[in-house]
Parts: sequence; C-alpha cells; structure tokens
Amino acid sequence: MTETEIAKPEETSAGRTSTPPSWGWLRWVWRNLTSMRTAVILLALLALAAIPGSLFPQRNVASDPAAVMQYTQDHPRLAPWLDRLGMFDVYASPWFAAVYVLLLVSMTGCVLPRSRRLWQSVRSAPPAAPRNLARMEDHQSWETADEPAQVLATATAHLRRKRFRVVTEGNEVRAERGYLREVGNLAFHLSLLALLVGIAAGKLIGFEGRVAIAEGGTFANDRSQYDAFTPSAWTDIDDLEPLSFRLEEFDVSYQTSGPNLGQPSEFAARVAYRSGSGEERSTTVKPNHPLNVNETKFFLTGNGYAPLVTVRDGRGEVVFTGPVLFLPLDGNYASDGVIKAPDAQPTQLAFEGLFLPTADVGPQGPYSRFPDALDPQLFLTAYTGDLGLGDGVPQSVFTLDKDQLTQVKVDGQPFSQALSVGETMRLPGGQGTLTFDGVSRFANFQVAYDPGKEITLVAAIVMLMGLTASLGIRRRRIWVRVTPADGGGSRIEVAGYSLTRREPPPAEIADLVTAIRGPVIDASTSKDSPA
Amino acid sequence: MIFNEQTWAELSNGFVYSAIAVYALAMLMYAAETAGRVAGADTVAARPHARSALLGAFGTSLTVLAFLLNLGGVVARGLAASRVPWGNMYEFVLVCALAAGGAYLAFLSKRPIRAFGVWIVAIVLLALGLAVTVLYAPAGELVPVLNSYWLVIHVAAAIVGGGVFTVGAVATGLFLVRRRQERRMSAGVARDRYAASLPAAQTLEQVAHTAHIFAFPIWTFAVIAGAIWAENSWGRYWGWDPKETWAFITWVFYAAYLHAQSTAGWRGVRASWFALAGYAAFLFNFFGVNLWITGLHSYAGV
Ligand code: HEM
Repeated sequence: MTETEIAKPEETSAGRTSTPPSWGWLRWVWRNLTSMRTAVILLALLALAAIPGSLFPQRNVASDPAAVMQYTQDHPRLAPWLDRLGMFDVYASPWFAAVYVLLLVSMTGCVLPRSRRLWQSVRSAPPAAPRNLARMEDHQSWETADEPAQVLATATAHLRRKRFRVVTEGNEVRAERGYLREVGNLAFHLSLLALLVGIAAGKLIGFEGRVAIAEGGTFANDRSQYDAFTPSAWTDIDDLEPLSFRLEEFDVSYQTSGPNLGQPSEFAARVAYRSGSGEERSTTVKPNHPLNVNETKFFLTGNGYAPLVTVRDGRGEVVFTGPVLFLPLDGNYASDGVIKAPDAQPTQLAFEGLFLPTADVGPQGPYSRFPDALDPQLFLTAYTGDLGLGDGVPQSVFTLDKDQLTQVKVDGQPFSQALSVGETMRLPGGQGTLTFDGVSRFANFQVAYDPGKEITLVAAIVMLMGLTASLGIRRRRIWVRVTPADGGGSRIEVAGYSLTRREPPPAEIADLVTAIRGPVIDASTSKDSPA
Repeated sequence: MIFNEQTWAELSNGFVYSAIAVYALAMLMYAAETAGRVAGADTVAARPHARSALLGAFGTSLTVLAFLLNLGGVVARGLAASRVPWGNMYEFVLVCALAAGGAYLAFLSKRPIRAFGVWIVAIVLLALGLAVTVLYAPAGELVPVLNSYWLVIHVAAAIVGGGVFTVGAVATGLFLVRRRQERRMSAGVARDRYAASLPAAQTLEQVAHTAHIFAFPIWTFAVIAGAIWAENSWGRYWGWDPKETWAFITWVFYAAYLHAQSTAGWRGVRASWFALAGYAAFLFNFFGVNLWITGLHSYAGV
C-alpha cells in the first residue's frame, strides 16, 4: 500500500524522454490501463457514475416520461446545467460510456494474455517443485522403509484418482488441479463482452413503444399509432411486424374485503389480434403474460378509466362522442383528463376535470373511495375559445393549452358541475352541452422488440457459471519428493501450494499422506472453510 | 384444520414478537460476554474469561432459538397469505433478518466468530424492530404484477445474498477495527481493549472474504433473475429503474472489492472499503429506494 508502488511504473517509463516516434509511452499507457489497479479504480468509478441516474429524473427511464419536464419547471436555473452535463440521460452520456468502454478495453487487454498463459500451462506439465519444499504450505516430511519407486507410484496413483494432473519426473511427483477456475474466470470476463453485444443489438435494431387503448379501440403496428415510440439507430421503421389488434374488454377485480381492501387482484385485457393477413385470434394479456407475435411483445403495464361522453356544440350538433382517457392520480383511480371539441361552432369547446370511480366528498373535497366504478362521477369545468390546435404544434391529449381559452363562468365563479352517468352539463348561454354516457376502461401497453436479448441471456448464464467456477474452484499444486534415505528406505517430503487466495481443501494433503502410509496428522490442524 | 388465514397471521405476529424478545436477551448475553472478554483482554486472569464464555454460549443458544422463532414467523406468514412470504417490505425485512441470522449461525458452526454475535444480533433486532413498527403490513394477496414465479426466485436470491453480505460486512468492519489495533500494538500504542479482544485480523479477513465470495454469485444470480422477470413483465430486461441501478451499483462495488483483494497494495484494508461501499449500496437499495425514490418497483406496501 505504499505510495512508491503507485509511482513505480512512471519511474520505469522510458517513453517520456525519448524522441516522438517511440512506442514507449504507449506501452506504458497500455500496461497501466490493463493493470488490476486500473480495473479496481474503473469499477469504483462505474459504480459512482451510475448514482446520479437514480437521483435525477431520466429521459429514457420508463417510470414517468414527464418527470424531466417537471424537474425543469421546478428548477429552472439548475436544470439546463444538469442537462448539459448529461444528468438527465446518464446511461447514454459520453462520460458514462467512457468509463465502461475503458473498463472493457482494460479487461480485454488483461484477460487475453491470461487466456494465452492458461492455454500454455494446460499444455505443459505441472511445474517442478521448488528446491526448498519446506517453505511451501502444509509441508511434511518423514522416513519410511518403502522403496522410492513404490512411494512415487502410490502417490501418482492416489493423486490421479483425485483428479489431479500428474507427472512423475525423476524423484518427484508434480500434480496440479483446478484449471477450471481459470477457465471460469476467463469465460466470465469474456462473456461480459458478449453481454454488451447483446445489449447493443437491442439498442441498435429493436424499438420500444407505448400505446393506450380504450375498450373497443384498435391498434395497428405502425409508428403513427403509438403514443410514444423510441426507435433505435437501425430500426427498420417501415417493416414493423404486420399486426393489428383490438381491445375487446378490460377486466379488473379488486378485493372487496379484508385488510387489503381495494387492492387489485386481477387485471386482464381481452384482445383480438391479427398477425399479417392471418386469422383473427383472441387472447388475454395480463401482467407478466405478454402477447408475443414473432418477438414483438405487448406487455400490459397500466390501466385507467375512459369515461364515455358526447359533446354537442352551440348548434346542437354532436362534435365529439366516445371514450376519453383519464389518467389515474391515486390508488383509488381518481383520474384527471381533458375533453376537446375542436369542431364545435361557433366556438371551440374544452372540458377539464376529475373522474372519480366511487365518488365521495370529504373535508378536502371530492375524492374516490374505491378503485372500482361503483358510483362514478365526472367533475368538470368548461372552456371556450381557441384550443390552439391549428398551429401544427403537437399537443398532449391530456393537457389544455389555455393561452387562448376562457373559462366559462357564472356570476364571476367558474362554472362546474358533477355528473353521474346519464346526466348532462349545459353551458350557460347555449354554448353547448356534455353528456356523461357511461364508463369504459383503457389499457396501457408497453410494446417491445429486442432481437439481442437471447444473446444477452446466454452471455449472462455463461457469466454466472464462469463466476461460480472462478470463485468456487481452488487451483492448487501438490508435490511429493522422494529421496533414498541413508539407512535404506525413503525420505518423503510433501507440500502444497495454492494459486488462489483461499487455502486448498484441508484434508487433501492429509489424505495423500495416509495413502502413502505416512503419519496420521492431528485433526486440529485442519482449517476448513465452506466451499 | 381449525387454522384459518387469520389465525396463521396472528401466529406469525406472535412468533415475530417472541423472536424479538429472545434476540434482545441474546444481545444482552452477548454484550455481557463482550464486556467480560474486553475486561480480560489484557489481563491473564482466566476466571472472567470462563464466565464470559458461558454467557456467550447462552447467547448463541438464545440466538438459535430466536432464529427458529423468526423462521416460524416467516412460515406462518406464508401460510396466512397462501403464497411465498416475501411480497412486501415488511416480509422482505422479516426474511432478510432470517437470512442474516442463519448466515451467522452457519459461519459460527465453522469458525470462532462469536465476537460477531453482538453486532449481528443488534442488526437483526433493529431490522425486526423496524419491520413491526414502521413497515408492518397485514398479510394478503399480491398485487398482480408481483404474481410471478420469478418473484419467488429473484427475491429469494436477493435476500439470501443480502443475509450473507451482512455477515461479510460485519466481519469487514471488525477486521478494520482489529487491524488498526494490531498495527498500533506493533507500534507500541495499543489502547483499544475492545479491538484487542476480537479474533485475529487474519481470521476476520478470511471470514469476510469467504462470505463475500459466497454471496457474490448469489447476488449476480438475483440480478439476472430480476432482469428476466423485468423482461417478462415490462418488456425490457434492463431499464435503469432506480432499483435496478442500485443493484448494479452494489454488484460493481463488490466486483471492485474482489479485484482489490487480488491487487498488490490494495489487499486488506483498502479492499475492505469497497466491500463496505457495496453493503451500503445494498442497504440503500433496500430502504432508500423503496421509501424515497419512486420507480416501477414501488411495491413497498408502506
Ligand atoms: C468489466 C469489468 C469487470 C468486471 C465486472 C469484473 C468482475 C470480476 C469478478 C466478479 C471477479 C471475481 C472472480 C474471481 O475472483 O475469480 C473477477 C476476477 C478477476 N478479474 Fe475481473 N472484472 C472486470 C474487469 C477486469 C479487468 C479490467 C481486469 C484486468 C485488469 C480483470 C482481472 C481479473 C482477474 C485477474 C481476476 C481474478 C482475481 C483472482 O485471481 O482472485 N478484471 N473479475
């Protein structure tokens, strides 16, 4: 842990003083980059670099797409700076990439030479015993009446049976075991590269999308039909899986008693779908049970209410009818949403408000008491004027651009009304009406196509197996040296050597000693550790 | 059977409260043992040592009993809810305490590490105390998205890994304390009698290392199983959700620890800090992310 150790490579570097076309400094950089110390530092950096992504809202993280916008509104001064630093897109930022690319380069540079060395050592025999065996682990020596040749033969046979690689050279037996540990370690590290290939394939060819569909609504797998669509660099957007489907019905059930009253016990979307020009088929999509059509998968990730309304304008014409998606605000599905009627005459109409599936009124005003639609009510206020849809700027269907809208008022107070199913809200001055026709639901689907995920899965499995081998297997050597004793018979020396940080299995040498009929060693010297 | 869900749930609570009481007693015993050991650390008197050894043995017996009560609490909870008993944070903590206690006892049967006892029991006691006061949730069905056998596998692996990491973290912390004391003693300024009463730094480091290399593949497996489950339920196997991110951070810190253990000059003390950072990340994932950061994994049920 001395400072000199860290400084050493610099002192030995030759490249600094030499003339420009010298590879010395490059070799120095490479040697340092592929050193174990660099690996430790880069790993620590990678861990630290991942932290901000969990503290700041992220653009590409699924939980809340509007979070970054919200954060920017709340912190108008800080946000642009954070944005410049990539804090809202940490895992795609150049500095994050720099750390893991360096790490992978470092790892490859470290692991390939190790592979070569492993290959060499597997092809060559276990190395000779050090001259002074007494300095090795578990060294023991004793004399016996047996002939040296016989002792060597017994030791060889015993170690072979214990699945060591054994060679007998002259007067010593050299044995080694646990090569698989090294194989596992290399497989583990190299599978990290394969893992990255799999991730990259998904990120370059696949796509993700999101779509919310009300009961009775249809969807065709075309980019224009998605609420959100995140293609990758090489996604073939014109060649998405030909597929259409219709949400027939969305079934939910909630616990109506017991301690978890109101907790959902089932969500199920019944859909009819058609793949290409094939037959229409029906299926049920549930959480953890996606619809899978040739690897384009539809996951049920959310749901909510879509009240059915009919809007009539000042002339009495129906300018809107059908379901309107309201976004849930809480666990009891109090939901908010807007209804827009751009075709209304003489003025465009808009409504904004709350939907409560089981409405009740508490001290803080209306709220929903239960998530199921037991007593559904709509609480609405109304706007007239220009919805701002004409200027071509895309608008969310969940918000109103109120710049050119005026709220409808009565006696200076905003006009608002609570509607039960079947009731109608009449705007003052005959500007229009809205009828609450009924309640339907919508389902949110996350759509994903990721052609790289099998590669990733296989890489992850290899990684886990390699890791387990690498940590579980102990590579070690055993030597037996037999020299003729002065008074006939043999003098035997046995010693072991661990190539890993863990001690070799304690009974191993004891067993060997017993096999060649040496002293039975005291059991108290055995140091065991769970393997 | 006369047992219905309600009685199982009540039985479970009874077991858990008894486990808390017995753990509290075990902690007293262990604390008394520690005090005795510390008092005897720099005297050669054998008598206080023998008495404190007896207290320690009592502490261990009580720990075994409390562990079994904890186990009873978990099993009864599973029977009450008719599913695996790790579906909300209360249950996670219950099972994690069980895993930590179990990992400690497993190590204790192989190594002389009773000096850990007081710390492990304190942590477990704190966890169970938090569970019954802050995190308690009645037994019930799972929310639909949790209803998957990958939940069983993924969470079980994460909990077992966490339990063993806890032993690793305690061993690492004590190793640092003991190591410092050994250094100072060789410099002739030994004063810390508590540290002097601990097992040798080398033993502590070995226990830490063994615990970590045992837990690390389990944690790796937990992360992979989580990714498979995420693919199954959200359509992507990795999305940098806060929970996933912190599992990754935990993993990377422990990987740094394993590398540091093989790096000349970093082995031992420096490497230990990475292991502690890994454990801190694990704890933050468990408590911080569940309670303060919203993400797709917000099923804490509190
Ligand atoms: C991509 C980042 C890396 C990860 C996630 C990673 C992970 C791991 C893990 C978990 C182990 C423990 C297994 C064991 O001890 O046998 C390990 C061991 C090892 N890693 Fe890495 N590693 C990475 C990069 C590197 C780099 C850059 C190097 C070379 C400088 C390296 C060299 C080694 C060596 C030599 C071992 C064996 C240590 C021993 O003998 O105990 N690794 N790695």
